[in-house]
Amino acid sequence: MHDRRVGRLVANTVAVLAAAVVAFPLYWMVLSAFKPDDEINSAHPRPWTWAPTLGNFRDALGVNGFGGYFLNSLLVASVVVVLSAGIAFLAAVALTRFHFRFRTTILVMFLVAQMVPVEALTIPLFFLVRDMGTAVPQIGLSTLGSLMLVHLAFSLPFAIWMLRGFVAAVPDTLEEAARLDGANRFTILWRILFPLVAPGLAATSVFSFITAWNDFVFAKTFLLDPDTQTLPSALMVFFKPDENDWGGIMAASTLMTVPVLVFFVLVQRHMVSGLGGAVKD
Amino acid sequence: MLTQTVVFAAGCVVATLAVGAAFAVLLTRVGKWPRLILMFSALGAWAAPAMTGATVWMFLFDTNLGLVNDVLGMDGHNWMYDKWPAFALVGAVVVWHSFPFVMITLYAGIQAIPTSVLEAARLDGAGTWATFRRVMLPMLRPVLTIVVIQSVIWDFKVFTQVYVMTAGGGIAGQNLTLNVYAYQQAFSAEDYSLGAAIGVVMTLLLVVVTAFYIRALRRTGEGL
Repeated sequence: MHDRRVGRLVANTVAVLAAAVVAFPLYWMVLSAFKPDDEINSAHPRPWTWAPTLGNFRDALGVNGFGGYFLNSLLVASVVVVLSAGIAFLAAVALTRFHFRFRTTILVMFLVAQMVPVEALTIPLFFLVRDMGTAVPQIGLSTLGSLMLVHLAFSLPFAIWMLRGFVAAVPDTLEEAARLDGANRFTILWRILFPLVAPGLAATSVFSFITAWNDFVFAKTFLLDPDTQTLPSALMVFFKPDENDWGGIMAASTLMTVPVLVFFVLVQRHMVSGLGGAVKD
Repeated sequence: MLTQTVVFAAGCVVATLAVGAAFAVLLTRVGKWPRLILMFSALGAWAAPAMTGATVWMFLFDTNLGLVNDVLGMDGHNWMYDKWPAFALVGAVVVWHSFPFVMITLYAGIQAIPTSVLEAARLDGAGTWATFRRVMLPMLRPVLTIVVIQSVIWDFKVFTQVYVMTAGGGIAGQNLTLNVYAYQQAFSAEDYSLGAAIGVVMTLLLVVVTAFYIRALRRTGEGL
């Protein structure tokens, strides 16, 4: 009995220490964002500050159009999340509940689609987007539409792949019961499956959000007009070959991380229970 | 370059899985508060965009202003100067970003195993190891499949961390991985076809790795 208590104490201590190590870079980022310049540029950095300042944030926000970039990023990410959740849900149901020819092939293709390095696709996609723009101006170069379309395409394979597990976890008998009660296919989808798969949707939308929010390469390649830039471009302003403005970089990084953190905290509960649901048989 | 890409990616995958699995098991052994604290810091690391994660770690390991050099008393030491220390540092950031997915998925998987099954195993006289090996591992296999495949796919394609932290491939290109090289060829050297060709090669490599894995699964009676 005594041994067990000691074991538990050791496990708890290890867990808290591990948590501290894991969280430390984030703490350092936020702390440095608030540090005055002379403390940032000191050779002996302290893990605290007595003179917090908003100066670095002012610098970061002072970059032309930062607010607009922020909204652009948010708009792209939101549209991608909503559309990809809707499409992935329908696709996952189709791939789990119906057995048709080439079903396995399609599933494997979703895996393969994730394996293509994004950087290698930038070139053909650039030409594709340019040509599409002549037919449909809303998804041409320098439009947020092009970015939404591409991110949607890139987030869907993983979203469908993940969501399949959640749909499979819903017992067939539920749907059969609903069908016997006279529900049509749409009602079953919307009233039975959707609420049960919702935690899984929360989990997968995190990935879609991150894909769209973090992207740098596509935004850099497609958005040629300074008015339609997204957040990473604003971050890049602080990277200089020799003299990095670490205070500014940390403040901009903090601003870029906060929305993702908020999103994570909002869906966190669903995520853990959802991932649990994904694996129950 | 192929060799160092594979070594770097394989190292990242193994480290990510090891750290993630160890923490997942740890999570099942601790009280409520330590668990929540570890979970939240892991979510924070997971949520941090690749770019901001890379910049923060670079700042921590900065040659003159970094905290790590100050604490270790190695002021002026440049971590990115030698090839493998640079890879190790980039790898650490990759693991920091990607172990939470493994940890949380595996933890959820372990939690989903009914306690009645574990109790039954204990009543039948199975020890800790036998329970793990014969009961938990087979039940976790579907989750492990997802986790392994995704880790391989993600870690072979690490771009942002390598590109940002080694400033596009390291000193004299010593830290180039295949996809960073492809990007360099396409956008700096304007050799679009070579860049695209490398992309095709990488995709094929990943397809082969995954195909082997799926075949192995089929043999054990699991399928897609």
